[in-house]
Amino acid sequence: MSFRNAPVAVDHERDKTTLFTPEIRAAIDAHIAKYPPEWKQSAVMPALTIVQDANGGWLTTELMDDVAAYLDMPQVSVYEVASFYGMYDLEPQGRHKVCVCNSISCLLQGSEALIEHIEHKYGVGPGETTADGRFTFKEVECLGACRHAPVVLLDKSYHEDLTPESLDKLIDELE
Amino acid sequence: MTDKITIEIDGRDCEAAPGEMIIAVADREGISIPRFCYHKKLSIAANCRMCLVEAEQGGRPFPKPVPACATPVGNGLKVWTRSPKAIEAQKGTMEFLLINHPLDCPICDQGGECELQDVAMGYGGDVSRFSERKRVVEDEDLGPLIATDMTRCIQCTRCVRFAAEVAGVRELGATGRGEDMRIGTFVGQAVTHELSGNVIDLCPVGALTSKPFRFTARPWELSGIDGIAPHDGLGSNIRLHVRRNRIMRVHPRDNEAVNETWISDRDRFGYAGLESDDRLTAPMVKEEGVWREIGWSDALELAAKRLKGADPAETGWLLAPNATLEELYLAQRIARDLGCANIDHRLRQQDFRADAADPLVPTLGLPVAELERQKAVLLVGSDIRQEQPLLAHRLRKAALAGATVCCVNPLKLNLNHPASQLVGTPAAMLDDLAAIAKSLDARGSSALNDLIGAAEPTEAHAEAASALREAGEQEAVVLLGALAATHPDYSLIKVLAHAIAAAAGCRVGYLPAAANSVGAYLAGAHPDRLPGAKPSEAPGRSVAAMLDGSLKTLVLWGFEPDRDLVDAAGAAEALGEAEFVIACSAFRGPGLDSAADLMLPIGAFAETSGTFVNANGTWQRFQGAVPPPGEARPGWKVLRVFGNLLDLNGFEYRDGAEVQSELAALCAEVQYDANAPRGDCEAEPTSPARAGLTRIGNIPVYALDPLTRRSAPLQEVPLARGEFAVYLHPAQAAEDGFGPGTLLYAQQGKSGVRIRVILDDHVPMGCARIPGGLPGGETLGPLMGPISLERVKNP
Repeated sequence: MSFRNAPVAVDHERDKTTLFTPEIRAAIDAHIAKYPPEWKQSAVMPALTIVQDANGGWLTTELMDDVAAYLDMPQVSVYEVASFYGMYDLEPQGRHKVCVCNSISCLLQGSEALIEHIEHKYGVGPGETTADGRFTFKEVECLGACRHAPVVLLDKSYHEDLTPESLDKLIDELE
Repeated sequence: MTDKITIEIDGRDCEAAPGEMIIAVADREGISIPRFCYHKKLSIAANCRMCLVEAEQGGRPFPKPVPACATPVGNGLKVWTRSPKAIEAQKGTMEFLLINHPLDCPICDQGGECELQDVAMGYGGDVSRFSERKRVVEDEDLGPLIATDMTRCIQCTRCVRFAAEVAGVRELGATGRGEDMRIGTFVGQAVTHELSGNVIDLCPVGALTSKPFRFTARPWELSGIDGIAPHDGLGSNIRLHVRRNRIMRVHPRDNEAVNETWISDRDRFGYAGLESDDRLTAPMVKEEGVWREIGWSDALELAAKRLKGADPAETGWLLAPNATLEELYLAQRIARDLGCANIDHRLRQQDFRADAADPLVPTLGLPVAELERQKAVLLVGSDIRQEQPLLAHRLRKAALAGATVCCVNPLKLNLNHPASQLVGTPAAMLDDLAAIAKSLDARGSSALNDLIGAAEPTEAHAEAASALREAGEQEAVVLLGALAATHPDYSLIKVLAHAIAAAAGCRVGYLPAAANSVGAYLAGAHPDRLPGAKPSEAPGRSVAAMLDGSLKTLVLWGFEPDRDLVDAAGAAEALGEAEFVIACSAFRGPGLDSAADLMLPIGAFAETSGTFVNANGTWQRFQGAVPPPGEARPGWKVLRVFGNLLDLNGFEYRDGAEVQSELAALCAEVQYDANAPRGDCEAEPTSPARAGLTRIGNIPVYALDPLTRRSAPLQEVPLARGEFAVYLHPAQAAEDGFGPGTLLYAQQGKSGVRIRVILDDHVPMGCARIPGGLPGGETLGPLMGPISLERVKNP
C-alpha cells in the first residue's frame, strides 16, 4: 500500500529512555542509523526481532506499542508488520521454534511428511506448543532455500534436505 | 508537463494531461470503469484489480490487462474498457472478490446502494464455482458512529487510506496476511476522529455502515433533499435522506470549493438531535413559575404586547449565529423598526472594544480552497480540529505541502500535521503575538507599541514572522479562531493580528464561529451593522452590554443561555433580573426553562428553508426537508406573522426566497475579502490574570450548539477532551497540591461548581481548562477569565 504522505510520524509523548533496556535501545539504534532520520520507521522489522528475542520469542501488544513509541510511528502500523510476517509471534511460545516450510518446492520434496510426522510424534498441530514447552511447531511460507528442500528453520538456523528421521535428531538435541 | 495529449478510450478521443491515470480521464469523459479501491481523493492502491482494461501504446499492446487506476496515460495510448479481454479480466476479478463475500444482501444495510452489488450485476456469474468454506471475520466495535460487518470487507483499504491520508491519524490498519488479512484497529478501540464518518461513504460494501441509521430504512425508500450543514462556518454541502417526514441520515454532496467530498461527523450525525425528547412543540408561557401551553395567536399577541410596551432602549435581541439569514434579517428588522438597536449574535465573545474598528464583514478573507495553498499560516486562538474540522483538513494539506504553521493558543492542540505551537496563558498569547509583531518591526497605536516594545522575540517568534513575510500576500494568512474570540483582550488580539499582517504583507482571516456568523453581519444582526453590512450611525448594545442586568425585555433566538453564552452565570443573573424574556427555540432545556417567560417553538435545522453564508462569503440557500414537530413553525414565518401583528410595514413576504432577495439587493456591494480594520482601536490590555489561574473554556466539538448537544450518537463518542472536569497541567496540580480526581470547588465571581481534576499536559501553567457548553458549567463565569480552585474539605 502506498501512502501519499508517507510516513506518518507520531509523537507518542513517552520518555524513550524508559523504553526497553539500554542494550536493546543500542541494538535498535544501530538499525535506525542505517536510514535517513525521517525514515526511521524503516527499522521496525529489526526492532521487533530484537524486542521479541529479548521477550522469550513473542511480542505483547505493550511491546509493540513501545516499538511504535520508540520509532515515532503509528501503533497500528507496527501491528500490521508484526501480524503480517511469520517470524513474529503474538502469543507465548515454547523454548524453541520449529518452522517447517509449506510452500511449493518444499511440499513437492516432502515437507508434508515432516508436518505429519511432527503432528503425530509430538502431538502438536501448526501453531501449537508441546506439552513440555520444549518447542512450538510453525508452518511458514517460503524460506527461500528451495534448492535444498524440504527446509526447516530451527530458531535462527536453516536445516536442509530433511527427512523425518533427521528432523527427529535435530529436535532431540533441543533442550 | 502541462501540454495536453490525446488518448483513445473505447474508440473515443479524450484529452488528458501526461501522467494522469486512465481511470481519471475515463471518469471525466463519462466512461464507466468498475472499481472498488480507487478514489479520486485518496492515494492509489491498485489492490482490488476491478478496473482492469485492455490497452496498447504506440501500436504495441500491453501483454496483459492493466489496472486503469494505476496506469498513467502517454502518447498514443489506446484503451478498451469493454473489449472481450477486458471484460474477461473484470469478470475474473469479480469472481475472486465474491469468493469470500457473503451472499447476505437481503440483511445487509448497504443493499441497494452497494458498489459490489452493482458491479456484480454487471460482471458477476450466476453460479459460484467456489465450494470451500467462506472466510469469517470477527467484528470490531469502532464506537457509536460506525457499524462493522467485517466478513463483508473486500479489503479495498479505502478506509485505511482515508484515516492515514485525510484524517491524519492511523487508527485503522490491515493486519494479518493473505486470507487472514483484516481491517480494524487490531486492539479494538473506538475510532474517535472528527471526520471518521466518511469511511461509511467510502466503504464500497456493507462492512462499514452508519450505526445510527442501521436497519432503519432501505436506500430506495429515501428521498434526497439538498441541504447545508448548520454547525461550523464552512457550510458543508449535504444531502438529507428523508423518509416519511423524518431525516434518516445525512450524506455529503461534492463541492470542491467548500467541502470537497467530505463532511465532519458533526455535520453527518447532528441530525439525530432533531429526535431528542425535549423538543419544544407548542408555544408555552410561564405563569408563577409553571409552564403552560398556549395557542400561537395568544403567544404572539403576548409577545407583541410586551415588546410594544417595552422601552426600546431597555430591550435586547440575542440571536444565534447559526440562525438562517432570513431569520436574522427579519428579527433585526422588527427590532430596529421598534426602535431597538440592541441586536447581537456574538454570543461567545466578551471583549467588544474594537467594534468600531472591526472590518464590516469579518470573513476567512480568502476562498476556502485557497487555504490549502497557503505557504505560511499563523493560527491564533483556535482549536481548529474541534472548531472547524474540514478547514483543519485544508490547513493540514497546506502544512503537508510544506507550509509553515504556527499556532498561538492557550492550550496545546492535538494536530495531525507539523506545526510550531506557542502555548501560554491568555496573557502570554498577547506577549507571543507582540513578539512576532516585533520581529516584523510592526507598529500601531500607543498601547500596542508599549506591548510590542516590551516583547522579547525568541527564535520561534522570528521563524513565524519570517515565514509570513516570505510567503507574501497571496500565500500567507493570520487566522483568528473561536478561542481568540472568547479572549478578554480580543480587541488587542485583532489589533496585533492586523499589525502583524500589515508588517508582513499578508492577510487576516476570521474563522467564523458558526454556520451563519458571516451572514449575521450581512443581515444586520449586530449592534453596529445595518443590513448589507453598513455601519450604523447609532450603534446599539453588544452582547456583554445587553447582559449587564440593565435590560428589561430580551428576545433569545435559537440558543440556550446556560450553554451558548460566554458567561453562563452572569447571563443567568441578568436574565433573572429581566422583566420578560421571550425565547424562540427548537428545544427546551433547563437554562431556557428558568430564564424565559414565553417560549415560541421554531423549526430547527432541516425544518426550515433558509440561507447560510459561509466563511468566505458564499451564499448557500436550502429548502426545508421535513416539517417542524407539533406546533413549531419555521422561524422566518413566525417573524413574518409577528411583524404583521406589530403593524410593521413590508412584512408581506410570500416566501423565504423573497426575504433573501430583499437582503441580497442590500448586500450587492459587500466585499467578502476586505478584512482590513476600519480604524484604530486604543484598547489597553486588561492583563487577564497575570497572577492566579485563568480559566480556558474551550467548546468541545460536540458541544457547539443545541442540536449537536442533543445528538445521541455524537454524545457517545469517547472524546477525552470533552468531559466536564478541570484540566490542569501535572506541574500546576502538583504546585497546588491536587492530584487526579481531586474534588475541587471552582469559583468564578460569585458562584462556582464542584468539579474533579484531570491531569493534562496540554494545558499551560497558570491555566485551568474547564470546557464550555457542557452540563455543569451553568454556574461558572466567563469562558476565559480568572478562576480560583479550592479543595473541597468534606466531599
